[in-house]
Amino acid sequence: MAQKSGSKRLSVAKTYKIYIDGKFPRTESGRYFALEDSKGGVIANVCRSSRKDFRNAVVAARKAQPGWAKASAYLRGQVLYRVAEMLEGRRDQFIAELVLQGVGQRAAEKEVDLSIDRLIYFAGWADKYQQVFSAVNPVSSSHFNFSILEPTGVVSMLAPNDSGLLGLVSNVAPTIVGGNTCIVLASEKLPLCAVSFAEVLHASDVPGGVVNILTGHRSELTGQFASHMDVNAIIYCDADRKTAQSLQHAAADNIKRVVSRTRTDWFKSSAQHPYLIRDTQEVKTTWHPIGV
Amino acid sequence: MSLTAVDTTTRLPDLSAVPAVDEVGVNERVARFQSRSIKTASKIEALKLVLSMIDLTTLEGQDTPGKVRQLCQKAIHLHDALPDLPHVAAVCVYPTMVGVAREALAGRDINIASVATAFPSGQAPLSVKLEDTRMAVAAGANEIDMVISRGEFLAGHHGRVFDEIVAIKEACGDAHLKVILETGELGTLDRVRKASVLAMHAGADFIKTSTGKIQPAATMQVTLVMLQAIRDYYYDTGRMVGMKPAGGISSAKLAVHYLVMLRETLGNAWMTPDWFRFGASSLANDVLMQLQKQKTGVYQSPDYFSKD
Repeated sequence: MAQKSGSKRLSVAKTYKIYIDGKFPRTESGRYFALEDSKGGVIANVCRSSRKDFRNAVVAARKAQPGWAKASAYLRGQVLYRVAEMLEGRRDQFIAELVLQGVGQRAAEKEVDLSIDRLIYFAGWADKYQQVFSAVNPVSSSHFNFSILEPTGVVSMLAPNDSGLLGLVSNVAPTIVGGNTCIVLASEKLPLCAVSFAEVLHASDVPGGVVNILTGHRSELTGQFASHMDVNAIIYCDADRKTAQSLQHAAADNIKRVVSRTRTDWFKSSAQHPYLIRDTQEVKTTWHPIGV
Repeated sequence: MSLTAVDTTTRLPDLSAVPAVDEVGVNERVARFQSRSIKTASKIEALKLVLSMIDLTTLEGQDTPGKVRQLCQKAIHLHDALPDLPHVAAVCVYPTMVGVAREALAGRDINIASVATAFPSGQAPLSVKLEDTRMAVAAGANEIDMVISRGEFLAGHHGRVFDEIVAIKEACGDAHLKVILETGELGTLDRVRKASVLAMHAGADFIKTSTGKIQPAATMQVTLVMLQAIRDYYYDTGRMVGMKPAGGISSAKLAVHYLVMLRETLGNAWMTPDWFRFGASSLANDVLMQLQKQKTGVYQSPDYFSKD
C-alpha cells in the first residue's frame, strides 16, 4: 500500500499473486499488468494469468472436486462459516483495499459487511438446499421415484467486473457450498480484493483446489474458460451480446452448463437466494422398484 | 578399461572402479533439462515419439484376462479420432497374462513384455526365477523385465546378482532382457550407477529403473545416472544398451523432459523405441490429450478418452 508521507520507514508492498491448488504462485507466464488509480498512479502490479495458469487451475479443481463433494453438508457449511469469520477479522484490510481502488469509504464498508453476511447466508443453506430442491415424484408404476441434487463438478467463473469483493463472494459461495470446485477470473478493474480473499480462504479450512483465483485480462482468458473440455459449467456476470454468444458457442462442445448472471445488483437482497446454489447442481432421478 | 576385446558379457567388472556420482551436479543438470523451450512443431513430434516408446503396462493383482484384452485394444486403438498416430512399443503384463495378450495382439507389430523372476520383490530361488522366465518366453513374450535381487546387491554379493542376470539372460533365448534395478530401494545414486554397470556387463539389453511398486519410482536424477552409465559402457565396449524409466511418469510434459535428457546425454541414436521406453499406464492418455489440444486449441478432459 502507499507509503504515508513523513514516515521514515519504507513500507513493504504486497505482491499480489494468484491462487491455485491451495498455493500462491506467480503466473507461469511471468507477465504483469499495472493497476492504476484515477490519477494514473500505480497501486499494484497484478499477475496477468495465462491459459496455462488456467489449465493448471482446472487440474487442481478436478482433483479436489470428489473429496469436496463427499464432505458432509454440515462440514461444508462450517467451512463457509469459518471463511466468514476470517473475513470479519480482516474487515479493515478489505475496506482499505477497496478504497485504494477508488471505492468510496461508506460503499466499501457496506460491501465488506454484505460479503461477510452473504457467506453466512450460504453457509446456512449448506444442509438445507438438498431438502428444498429434492423431491419424491408421483409415478404410475410400482416404483419409488425420487430426485436429488448432485454437484455439476468443476465450474469456471468470470466474476463481476464492477464489484471486486461482493460480486466474487456472491458467486463463489453458492457454487462451492453445493460441492463444486471452481476457477475464478477476478474482476479486471478491481482485482486486489480477490487475491486477499484467496488468503482468507487459505486461512480457513477450504481444501486446496476447491477455489482457484486468477487475475488477468478478460479478453485473453474468456475463450479458454468457456472451451475447456474438463470444465462442467461456466458462470459469467457481465458479457456483451457478442461475447456471450461466442462463450455459449464454445461451451457447447462438451455441453457445459452456462449460467448468465448479467445485470445483477449484488448489493440488493434479491441477489441472494438458494436458486444460485441450484444453478450448478444436476438432478439425479432414481427409480426404485417396490412391491405392491 | 580399454577398447580392446574383452569378453564383457560374462565377467563381473571391478565395481570399485565405477566413478562416483556428483549428486549436486546431477540435480543441476536435471533442472536444466526442464527449462528447454520446445516449440509447437517439435512438441508434436516429441509427443508422437513418446507414444511410440510407451510400454503400456498393467501389473496388478486384480488383473483379469478381460483387463489385459482391454489394454491390448487400447494399444492398438490409442485414439482413433486422431489420424497418423504411432502405436505403443509394447504391452507389459504378468507371465500368466502373456497368452491372453499374444492372442489379442495377433498380427500386430506390438511387442509383448512380461515381468518375471518373482516380480516385484525378486525374493525367490534362482530355479523358480528361471522357470518363471522360461514360462513367459514359451507363452510368447518377446521382452522380459526381470528384477535384480536388491537384498543380495545391498549385502555386497555382487557376484551372485551378476550370475543371476547371466542365467536369466540365457533363459530368455531370443527375447530381449530388461533388468529392473529398483532404484527406490538402492538408496544412493552411487549404487544406481554400480548396479547399472553390473547389469550391462551381465548382458542386459535394457536397464530399467523401477517396478512401479516402490516409491520413489523413476526420477530424472536416477535416469540421468543410468543414461550416463550407458554412455560410458558404450564408449568402453561399443555395445548399445537401452533405457526404460518406469513408474511415476504420468504427464506428457515430464515425458518430453525425459526425451530432452535422452537427446542431450546419449544423442539421436537412442531416440527410438528400440533403445528407449517409458513404462507407464496413465501417460498415454495425457499425451493423447496434449496432441488433441494441439489439434483443436481446446484443453481436453479425460472423460473423452478411453481408459486403459
